Amino acid sequence: MKIIVCIKQVPDTTDIKWTENNTIQREGVESIINPFDVYAIEEALKLKKIIEDVEITAITMGPIQAEKMLRQAIALGCDNGILITDKKFAGADTYATGKTITSAIKSKLPDFDLIICGQFAIDGDTAQTGPSIANQLGIPQITFVKELKECENTHICAVREIEEGLETLRVELPALICVLKGFEETTRAKINGYIKAKNAEITVYSMEDIGLTPEETGIKGSPTFVSRAFRPEHNRGECEICSDYNELAEKISEFGGISNE
Amino acid sequence: MSNIMLYTEVTKENYLHTVLFELAYKAQELSKKLNNADVSALLICKTGLAEEFKEAFINSGFDYVYIAEDDRLANYSTELYSKIAVDVINEVKPEIVLIGATTQGRDLAPRVSSSLHTGLTADCTGLDINEKGQLAATRPTFGGKLMATILCKTMPQMATVRPKVFKPAPENIVKDTKFIYIKPNIDNIETKVKFVEFVKGVNTAINELDSAEIIVAGGKGMKNEAGFELLKNFAESIGACVAASRGAVEMGLAPADIQIGQTGKTVTPKLYIACGISGAIQHIVGMQDSDKIIAINTDEKAPIFDICACGLVGDVFEVLPELTNILKTG
Repeated sequence: MKIIVCIKQVPDTTDIKWTENNTIQREGVESIINPFDVYAIEEALKLKKIIEDVEITAITMGPIQAEKMLRQAIALGCDNGILITDKKFAGADTYATGKTITSAIKSKLPDFDLIICGQFAIDGDTAQTGPSIANQLGIPQITFVKELKECENTHICAVREIEEGLETLRVELPALICVLKGFEETTRAKINGYIKAKNAEITVYSMEDIGLTPEETGIKGSPTFVSRAFRPEHNRGECEICSDYNELAEKISEFGGISNE
Repeated sequence: MSNIMLYTEVTKENYLHTVLFELAYKAQELSKKLNNADVSALLICKTGLAEEFKEAFINSGFDYVYIAEDDRLANYSTELYSKIAVDVINEVKPEIVLIGATTQGRDLAPRVSSSLHTGLTADCTGLDINEKGQLAATRPTFGGKLMATILCKTMPQMATVRPKVFKPAPENIVKDTKFIYIKPNIDNIETKVKFVEFVKGVNTAINELDSAEIIVAGGKGMKNEAGFELLKNFAESIGACVAASRGAVEMGLAPADIQIGQTGKTVTPKLYIACGISGAIQHIVGMQDSDKIIAINTDEKAPIFDICACGLVGDVFEVLPELTNILKTG
């Protein structure tokens, strides 16, 4: 079974600082693998344990520095890493990103069985690229997946966590799934994983390599664009700061209508 | 005549999802800025169900409702629903398509926008029409540290909006709604995804938070498991439900199903007490409509204080045990 895991390099959003011009300071901000994409890798590794001959390829579209993140994916247990990188990809929205990754998969990894994506990326939070890839590849998708079960070479069952409960769907492969944090513990890279990652060859493809034109990628190929970016505003002044615990406790009783009867 | 189309989500128990009415009221506002554009709904459901909803549509300001009914549509199916949505949008050609950012909406919308080769802005917290008559969709990004207003160059301009971000109309907006039945063109589709089973509400925490009158939420400031124990004791002393910010969930202090905010739940209790939560906009969109908000945080400049009725600057590890004692003894 050939599994593709789509991963994204994201800034650690807990560590964002502002410049004097109200733009986000990008220098010196730590980049990490999007946490939901780590869950995607974990699901692929679980399948590797129960199905014979599973090959996992991690793929990312990003700057050349994203190679480091692909090595991390290999250290965690992926077999190969593919980096799609080109200056012309800059400014891509989810449609253009989906198209770029789809073209790479169609031209370089056409015989896949399963694609696993993280449900969200913590920087953009759109949850759109996975379904966009599935649609362009013409394959079915299952999103908000909490758990996989009854996995075989020809089909899988996926449990979706939706507002009203848990929904189980069965899908014929090839298919794409978007995963949430699973029920099990986090995978950690092992020493031999790091050695393998250090020596692994990361395949790099440019825009031409995957058969796209500048009009189809990056900001030119994106239907949406950011017209304005600004810092969220808050209206301070309403908040009454309590001076001691008793005052706060009184407010809680007043607002909450707590009965002490 | 231009047209704003809203996707109608039908819940598992065959109700209209309330996000429709929130979008409907917002669409009225947008319509006024587009020379009174028609507001329409797309309803995909099992045969005969649409009849039950007609009054709700008439009372919510819809000019048109496009209805695709079929027995194969009893359960939401990405493959069938997206096919129908694409067909109807290609036929009606709305300028704007709005979809609730529920799990169903977030599954469907990118599939549809990708088929239509158009743009989709996810999880908006603000919608407006700009001076050029374009949909200006504003959303938080970078963990809520930045707001971005996004425009779309192609038609239709699509966006998803989280439930409870907008308010429904305070009273009925009665229209002479036209109901148009469309025969779904799905006979030749053999779906690759098969429904196996649905287990309702195994996540009791989700349901409890929905109806909770008081919520005590912990963030990264709760630091460790001992901190979350303090939070639970405090919550118990005032009969509150416990929730968490994404930061706390990512630290493993709380399960994901009690996470409040953009990637979690939206709640509207009578009282929301935020403990050790700094108040990133992505958390705020999930709780800002609570009647009263109280915050406890060591950082007096934390943005959470901007939206509070009252607060206390202090360490939750000191404050919570004291409060628990005071409120217990009453």
